Amino acid sequence: MATIPVDPLKIIERYGPHRSAMSGVRLSTTAEPDRLVRTHCCFCGQQCGVQLKVLDNQVIGFEPWEEFPFNRGMLCPKGVKRYLQGAHPDRLTTALERDPSAEHGFRQLAYDAAIARVAREIARVQEAHGAGAVAVLSGASLTTEKTYLMGKFARVCLRTPYIDYNGRLCMVSAGAANKKAFGIDRTTNPWSDMVGTDVVWVAGSNVAECSPITTNYLWQARELGAKIIVQDPRITPIARTCDLFLPVRPGRDAALFAGVLRLMIERGWIDQAFIEAHTVGFDQVAAYCDQWTLARTAETSGVPERSIVQAAEWWGTARTSFLFHARGIEHHSNGVQNVLGAINLVLASGRIGKPKSGYGTITGQANGQGGREHGQKCDQLPGWRDIANPEHRRHIAGIWDVDEASIPGPGVDAYELFRKIDRGEIKALLSICFNPKVSLPDSGFVTRALEKLEFYGAIDFFLNDTARHADIVLPGSLQEEDEGTVTQVEGRVIKINKAIDPPGDAKQDWRIIQDIARALDRPHGFTFDSPRAIFEELRRASKGGVADYSGITWEKVEAQMGVFWPCYSEDPQTGEPIDHPGTPRLFEPGSYNPVAKGAGPFYFPDGKARFNVADYRPAVDDADGEYPLFLTTGRVVSQFLSGTQTRRIGPLVKQYPEPRIELHPRLAERLGIASGDWTTVTTRRDSITLRALVVTTIRPDTIFIPYHWAGEKSANRLTVAAQDPISKIPQYKVCGCRVRKADSAPAYAAVLEPEQ
Amino acid sequence: MAKPQDLHFFIDPNRCIGCQACVQACTECDTHRGESMIHLEFVDRAESVQTVPVVCMHCEQPTCAEVCPADAIKRTGDGVVQSARKPRCIACGNCVVACPFGVPELYEDRQIMMKCDMCYDRTSVGRKPMCATVCPSQALFYGTREQAEQLRPMSTPVNRFQFGRQTITTRVFTMMPSGLVSSRPYVDVTAAMAEQPRERAIRLEPLPADDPFAGVEV
Repeated sequence: MATIPVDPLKIIERYGPHRSAMSGVRLSTTAEPDRLVRTHCCFCGQQCGVQLKVLDNQVIGFEPWEEFPFNRGMLCPKGVKRYLQGAHPDRLTTALERDPSAEHGFRQLAYDAAIARVAREIARVQEAHGAGAVAVLSGASLTTEKTYLMGKFARVCLRTPYIDYNGRLCMVSAGAANKKAFGIDRTTNPWSDMVGTDVVWVAGSNVAECSPITTNYLWQARELGAKIIVQDPRITPIARTCDLFLPVRPGRDAALFAGVLRLMIERGWIDQAFIEAHTVGFDQVAAYCDQWTLARTAETSGVPERSIVQAAEWWGTARTSFLFHARGIEHHSNGVQNVLGAINLVLASGRIGKPKSGYGTITGQANGQGGREHGQKCDQLPGWRDIANPEHRRHIAGIWDVDEASIPGPGVDAYELFRKIDRGEIKALLSICFNPKVSLPDSGFVTRALEKLEFYGAIDFFLNDTARHADIVLPGSLQEEDEGTVTQVEGRVIKINKAIDPPGDAKQDWRIIQDIARALDRPHGFTFDSPRAIFEELRRASKGGVADYSGITWEKVEAQMGVFWPCYSEDPQTGEPIDHPGTPRLFEPGSYNPVAKGAGPFYFPDGKARFNVADYRPAVDDADGEYPLFLTTGRVVSQFLSGTQTRRIGPLVKQYPEPRIELHPRLAERLGIASGDWTTVTTRRDSITLRALVVTTIRPDTIFIPYHWAGEKSANRLTVAAQDPISKIPQYKVCGCRVRKADSAPAYAAVLEPEQ
Repeated sequence: MAKPQDLHFFIDPNRCIGCQACVQACTECDTHRGESMIHLEFVDRAESVQTVPVVCMHCEQPTCAEVCPADAIKRTGDGVVQSARKPRCIACGNCVVACPFGVPELYEDRQIMMKCDMCYDRTSVGRKPMCATVCPSQALFYGTREQAEQLRPMSTPVNRFQFGRQTITTRVFTMMPSGLVSSRPYVDVTAAMAEQPRERAIRLEPLPADDPFAGVEV
């Protein structure tokens, strides 16, 4: 029974979101910390090093960690104020059980009783409807140890194929395209390689707001002479001073890349020797691009011809270069093709696998990289292995000490999982580190599906918007309450260190999962006594896979301040034990990898990279007569993902309190809208009303709404649940919409705080 | 570690991304916890995402101190202009009105003026100020003159400013882009969408000065 138990306002009254403030010991000018704990920020994929000040089991502030090489003390506002998520009035310190008769919808429950109820419900549903009637949703903000455990828990304990994770909304287009082009899925170079290049091309990445620390690398590259090309429908802070701005119409990235590549081929701005020696498939790509004449590319992409030519010339004639992209080109029903288009530009240039020349995708979540490697994806087993590959299954079955046939086959992506719930095929759900009611597109559908569940158990440290539907909520741990590893944007495995203990009945997530396994009387494989013990098994499980972590130890991570995977325990060439330092740069000439076995630097048996035809397809629910404008969505710097944490941190809420609709003055004038006016946006799914922000920094045919807010303020009520056919990423970055000045202020404005 | 007297503060608005990490970090300082001494504003959000961070420029001859009737604002021997001293400050607000950079703020509830003191607890022992440590774009940079020259070859540090007939020399430097500020600074999307863009390049002229670092009394 997963309907909201009482009026949401009553739930909000008790469980928030409320804003934390600097108060008590956190406002004291004399409080001295007991100790400083070196760890990393809990938010984005940059994973900046930071030192937390701890006093009496409370984080009371931070001190920069200037020795950590990636960020050298730098932090964004989220990293500065992250500590205010702890000791929070909304924090769940007991388990909760749904109770419509309770004033706030839930009653407290003893932890053991809550575990017993979860196990009982899972057993009941599985007995009545089969193992696959239970599903798990997990997340990429968890440590790699936890993500490994979640994948194993679904397959070994629950024996369900239905597990997927919130990286489905984030990294999968990049991952799928990297797999097709390179046979491995990781940024190729450390960010320090960016400084000193001739050209940096930033495609669909609001670096300044979504990965702020990367800005300094970008600016430093520019100081030393790099030309910066930015491809975006909005002038973001990094686009403000770029050398070439490509104001692409939302959803047209593949067309733009094809047009640029055609020019490069036509004018001889390609590395023919590299293409012949190290790639396959160029001819088909060249044939495809031939139709993308300059005029057609400009017409389709919305980028003027002069800028397409300029981009092709600068990119084509550079000696060194870096191209990186993020969700701007990936969040599309054509996301994999967009990424392949970008990769084709890199491969045609031949500038990869060298110092000062690289390619990368910017990870979104803390463990956006590690979280997509070790088996919580629906089609994956640890070590970036394939759950449908018999050899891979045998290896992992051996590590898990289970019969290979008992490991389920591939499941479905996170959105399809909700469709299965809607169709009654999945009847029970356990979620952790995922707030799909805010983060999935067409969230009205997600809500209706949730309401059909027979049982929903949620693990979280706050009662997130989706968990309001839960029958049982188990109190999980904050990042600073546990230890483990994550893999950051560069592919560097780093260590999260524990600063404090979880409060009250709250438990470290891996303990909760193991407690459920025990209560189900299926403890086999779930008797780890520490995250380190999980990591040791993960090392063995990953060995021989593409994402090989076997040579990584926590000690090595600490000593080197991070280890880039692959990192081998045995030399892949000789099989001899080695003390491998890791692999900061991929695809270097002459490098050996266990897939190519010396045939070449790329991770295919012939050692060659793949050109893939990157076909432009118009967006689903594209702007048209009835819905004539493009809606695109994204982030602001002070908020993170669905806001479960950041909408509870007072100073971050103050910085950008509520979502606003960005629109161009030409459009605003036509619609009679001024900055600050209540404005209604309507798509084929729903309408929402927010205040307008009239700015010249966006295309006049496009509006932008940040997606971090819930309920009536949620941009994902509007977005379309169209997905890429390969990666299954949702098309968040474009759909048709119409806009009008609202008749009056929305009802929520009078009753809700900005963060609610 | 460099000696405190060799370290300088450089502001480069060209790098600023408006993220407010500096503002948020400033509120963590032990001497004024909960309050930020940094001003960070959009120049004109309707037209641009350009933001400008303002810390105290630490003038050689601080106007704030000159107009203070209570002699509450002191400049240290190493050139840092301090916040108002508590027993002396009468919260008259003269300094707030007089500062050409708009830095000091009057805290009515506490009846005192407070402003940036360049994290004196940190900088006086050779550490970086909090804002310049965290700044993700390094629009706020704290380091040696040699580092600034090596890391910022495209701009010139300036520390002399003209306000009407008043010329002010400051301890803090502003980075000024050298030469023409880029041939095509696209500040609006529609210019970037057009086949014939408008040229909007501008040139900045520094005030004449032999060696800006020579002007700094350390």
